[in-house]
Amino acid sequence: MRLLTHNMLSSNIKGVEKGFPLRIEAEKVVEKPVEMNADFLRKMFEKVEWKAFVEASRSMGYAQLPEEVDSGMLESDEFLSRFHHALLELHLEEGALVCPETGRRFPVNKGIPNMLLHEDEV
Amino acid sequence: MKLKQLEGLLGGLDQFPNPKVELEQYPTGPHIASRMLFTAENSFEDISNKVVADFGCGCGTLGVAAALLSAEHVLSIDIDPESLEIASLNAEELEVDMDFIQSNVMDLRWRGQIVDTVIMNPPFGTRKKGADLDFLNVALKVASQAVYSLHKSSTREHVKRTALRDFNACNAEVLCELRYDLPKLYKFHKKKEVDIAVDLWRFVPGKHQS
Repeated sequence: MRLLTHNMLSSNIKGVEKGFPLRIEAEKVVEKPVEMNADFLRKMFEKVEWKAFVEASRSMGYAQLPEEVDSGMLESDEFLSRFHHALLELHLEEGALVCPETGRRFPVNKGIPNMLLHEDEV
Repeated sequence: MKLKQLEGLLGGLDQFPNPKVELEQYPTGPHIASRMLFTAENSFEDISNKVVADFGCGCGTLGVAAALLSAEHVLSIDIDPESLEIASLNAEELEVDMDFIQSNVMDLRWRGQIVDTVIMNPPFGTRKKGADLDFLNVALKVASQAVYSLHKSSTREHVKRTALRDFNACNAEVLCELRYDLPKLYKFHKKKEVDIAVDLWRFVPGKHQS
């Protein structure tokens, strides 16, 4: 699971008000290089929730993203390549996504999070 | 990539070895899948460089097709872990990178407007009535640009009315009518093979609340 996916997901448990972002427990992270697409990155920059993204990338063992960003940074190749790396090349293979409000763990196995809810959570 | 090439690659994918009738698991054949994605990309540019989600992905055919047509990020969702396992292997086989989530499509909660295009071959509602429209409702909330979906041609007017009036779609267009060949998958199927007329739809979501 890439961090781009993590940035779109909120805890789906009934009654939870602040379900984003899910906390990441990383047991195994894998890097899979993929070609960089600067136009795509510029588009995503407008949509990504940055604070959650930086926090998530730290949980995955990557600490090279700046805390504060502005669109001027999109001119920098260095910034783009770090953004690209964290957004699309880091994969959570084993671990869990944790609801920030209830602490409920959604396990991640072979890169796939299991977000199926129990009957009382729907 | 040419249409024939895409169809050929999709034809090599593994499908449900033990389909579950209660989930209406039917493979989306390479003929339909290739035409659906090819049209989405060549007529509307809704696939390449986009974030694409496949709702009810089954063995992954539609998501794989999107990846082959250069979607930048593909996210495929299904409730059944066995299907996801096969979908993962299919993605690996064709060397495409995709994310998967095990979930009921109806229960997921999304943050932001990151998904551009939703593609799907939803359950037709033979087991759970209205299932295809439930999927469409969610798809129109999640997609920021377009939803591509298959629905039985016999339900055409109902689908159009529901999408525009109830689900706030600002456009609902049948792109073409296709024949869906269903081989005898389940014991209750009497005929060796049956073919159903299905419509390939493109819906445009209405303005989203931010």
